[in-house]
Amino acid sequence: MKLAGARILLECLKLEGVDTVFGYPGGTVINIYDELYSFPEIRHILPRHEQAAVHAADGFARASGKVGVAIATSGPGATNTVTGIATAYMDSIPLVVITGQVPTALIGNDAFQEVDIIGITRPCTKHNFLVKNVKELAGIVKKAFYIARTGRPGPVLIDLPKDVQVAVAEFKYPEKVDIRSYRPTVEGHSRQIEKAAAMLLAAKKPVIYVGGGVILGNAAEELRQLAETLHAPVTTTLMGLGSFPEDSPLSLGLLGMHGTYYANMAVTNCDLLVAVGARFDDRVTGKIPAFAPHAKIIHLDVDPTSIRKNVRVDLPIVGAVQDVLAKLLKILEAHRDGVEAFTSGVQPWLDEIDAWKEKHPLFYKESTQVIKPQAVIRKLRELCEPDAIIATDVGQHQMWTAQFFTFTKPRTLLTSGGLGTMGYGLPAAMGAQAAFPERQVIAICGDGGFQMNLQELATLVQSQLPVKICIMNNNYLGMVRQWQELFFDKRYSQTVLDLPIDFVKLAEAFGATGFTVKKPSEVEETIRQGLATPGPVIMEFKIAREEKVLPMVPAGASLNEMVLAS
Amino acid sequence: MRHTITVLVENEFGVLSRVAGLFSGRGFNIDSLSVAPTNEESISRMTIVTRGDEQILEQITKHLNKLIDVIKVIDFTDGSAIEREIALIKVTAEDADRAEVLRIVDIFRANVIDVTPKSYTIEATGSPSKIDAILELLRPLGLKELVRTGPVAIGRGPKGWKN
Ligand SMILES: Cc1cc2nc3c(=O)[nH]c(=O)nc-3n(C[C@H](O)[C@H](O)[C@H](O)COP(=O)(O)OP(=O)(O)OC[C@H]3O[C@@H](n4cnc5c(N)ncnc54)[C@H](O)[C@@H]3O)c2cc1C
Ligand SMILES: Cc1ncc(C[n+]2csc(CCOP(=O)(O)OP(=O)(O)O)c2C)c(N)n1
Ligand SMILES: [Mg+2]
Repeated sequence: MKLAGARILLECLKLEGVDTVFGYPGGTVINIYDELYSFPEIRHILPRHEQAAVHAADGFARASGKVGVAIATSGPGATNTVTGIATAYMDSIPLVVITGQVPTALIGNDAFQEVDIIGITRPCTKHNFLVKNVKELAGIVKKAFYIARTGRPGPVLIDLPKDVQVAVAEFKYPEKVDIRSYRPTVEGHSRQIEKAAAMLLAAKKPVIYVGGGVILGNAAEELRQLAETLHAPVTTTLMGLGSFPEDSPLSLGLLGMHGTYYANMAVTNCDLLVAVGARFDDRVTGKIPAFAPHAKIIHLDVDPTSIRKNVRVDLPIVGAVQDVLAKLLKILEAHRDGVEAFTSGVQPWLDEIDAWKEKHPLFYKESTQVIKPQAVIRKLRELCEPDAIIATDVGQHQMWTAQFFTFTKPRTLLTSGGLGTMGYGLPAAMGAQAAFPERQVIAICGDGGFQMNLQELATLVQSQLPVKICIMNNNYLGMVRQWQELFFDKRYSQTVLDLPIDFVKLAEAFGATGFTVKKPSEVEETIRQGLATPGPVIMEFKIAREEKVLPMVPAGASLNEMVLAS
Repeated sequence: MRHTITVLVENEFGVLSRVAGLFSGRGFNIDSLSVAPTNEESISRMTIVTRGDEQILEQITKHLNKLIDVIKVIDFTDGSAIEREIALIKVTAEDADRAEVLRIVDIFRANVIDVTPKSYTIEATGSPSKIDAILELLRPLGLKELVRTGPVAIGRGPKGWKN
């Protein structure tokens, strides 16, 4: 059957199992929007800004593990998606973003709402396609989904000129994809994995350093088995939070710049560091020569470019975490004696770590006068549902969430780690709520970042997405203020947000519900009420204004040179 | 260290900018780059000359491989490839110098492809070091213009890149 391009696109989405798209109409995608009427199985959500549409697709993808889909028109619609795409790219999130484009004949003519979005997004997509012929469309959509979700996942953009949406072609969705120039290595090399097992069993002071790859690669279960079989301590990056239960005695929590004292001490003193789906970001390593200086390093990653990018590696293993960890577990199973010897040998190391945990646990000074943000986070954890999904914005509140929430399940923390995009939290929560209408979804935002995408309150109300929003209001761009306090002589240049916004009225203006608290004694009751109120809710916490995120490794210092909380 | 890298890519729209963008975006050097289709219509072949230490070269080849349109990357470490480049050289040539230019052309088995009473234009083909050498000799006589293709490279021995 011959179908128009716009129709073919939607047929393809349907066959990919896409049930939700986030998009915003405009002249060059109007044909697609018209065809939408024929696809009741695809729910279209209308965020109020294309950036939010992409963040929502991203939140949808992170929470569900599926590919997120967003649509925008050409020109300004397309450029508005760029921050969302770059955010997903940095954190390896699978997206397919579809942009309209001016008709093929006008490309290059500075036509109305023309922009070279292929050129603009080349460095921040895993791949992108300009569809020049409607006959190629189905094949390109198939490839786009395949590329987005396989290997190291990432966003893929399809630029679809208006005339291609109108032109007709025989529709046939390819069953298989085979791209000769794209064959990611999934299976780890057996010899390397055997070597890894031997190195593990020979270690006395091992640390497993886990990143977002374990969540992206759905390998939390294998990881748990590995850690528990060996009694090996586990620290996670910001992106890895939730891949290992933080309430386990083997958990060291977050490492790096705002990581725990004991995680950073363990990494500094370990004799073997096993990096699993983590990319040695500079927020994690601090000063490179002082990073794990006594350790042999095993690095397991699906992307060869992550390996030896910024640290030396003794044993690289290219492959998918799930496959490699499963093989590693099998080898260990066959070495019962070795494992037994290992677990008894590792005890002194665990004792050393426990001593660090006792000496400097995560700490903040409690108060009955002002609301401590850390106390709010802890209370929230206590009162929310065990499988609640938390999305954060970027800043101090993000770090307090990472430190104090205690994540135990994968895909329950959605946060912009690599790009650090303010404005991410609310739309990402919205996307997660669309993926899981029945689960509790909570956005934890700063007062600054919330204002970067607050228009999405409208979407929440209109699309009945009952996200609960906690605003940690310090009337500051707090994270920057902290740096100014510590490194710029308290010169708070342009970080004071001195307009007292009435967030309750703001919520009400959109048809949502608002609460505000400034007394510590009322925090619990507000959270209870807020979480119990149907529909979208804002809970504003007027927190201790100058509270800092601690511990902290100053930029460029080594991990054991932490500024601790006192 | 100088490296010559061959990159076989899908002959697709925009591939060149993906490769060029990779080098500029990640701060890798490009000394020269040449590209043209191969005997297989769907495949283009690039020869890139770049510099860097071992760790940088490892990253360059890995990143090239990561590009979706890249089929194969070959880093020709010294000696494993034959390299050739073409230079077109316009030199001032008057009076006694005219004979000198022709002698140099002869020694290097180059050709004169355009003649005027005041100049010769020379086509020289050879390894990059041979081109450097002829330029060295011609420079004192007055180089008016120079264009080099940058080298293309092919592996030594009976095997093609596929096997
Ligand atoms: C204000 C702020 C402060 C921050 N402070 C910290 C901090 O103190 N500590 C911290 O850790 N981070 C911090 N971050 C986050 C930091 O910037 C990085 O985003 C983060 O450290 C990267 O995490 P990751 O190494 O897990 O990599 P990710 O970006 O999650 O990358 C995942 C890695 O796994 C690989 N991978 C993907 N899928 C698979 C698979 N199936 N199999 C195998 N490998 C796979 C990928 O190739 C990649 O190398 C901070 C961010 C902000 C905004
Ligand atoms: C889009 C964007 N602009 C600027 C920054 C730099 N930045 C990082 S944290 C921060 C302050 C965030 O303030 P707020 O949202 O109030 O959170 P807080 O740190 O106070 O918890 C800023 C400006 C950023 N990360 N993203
Ligand atoms: Mg703030």
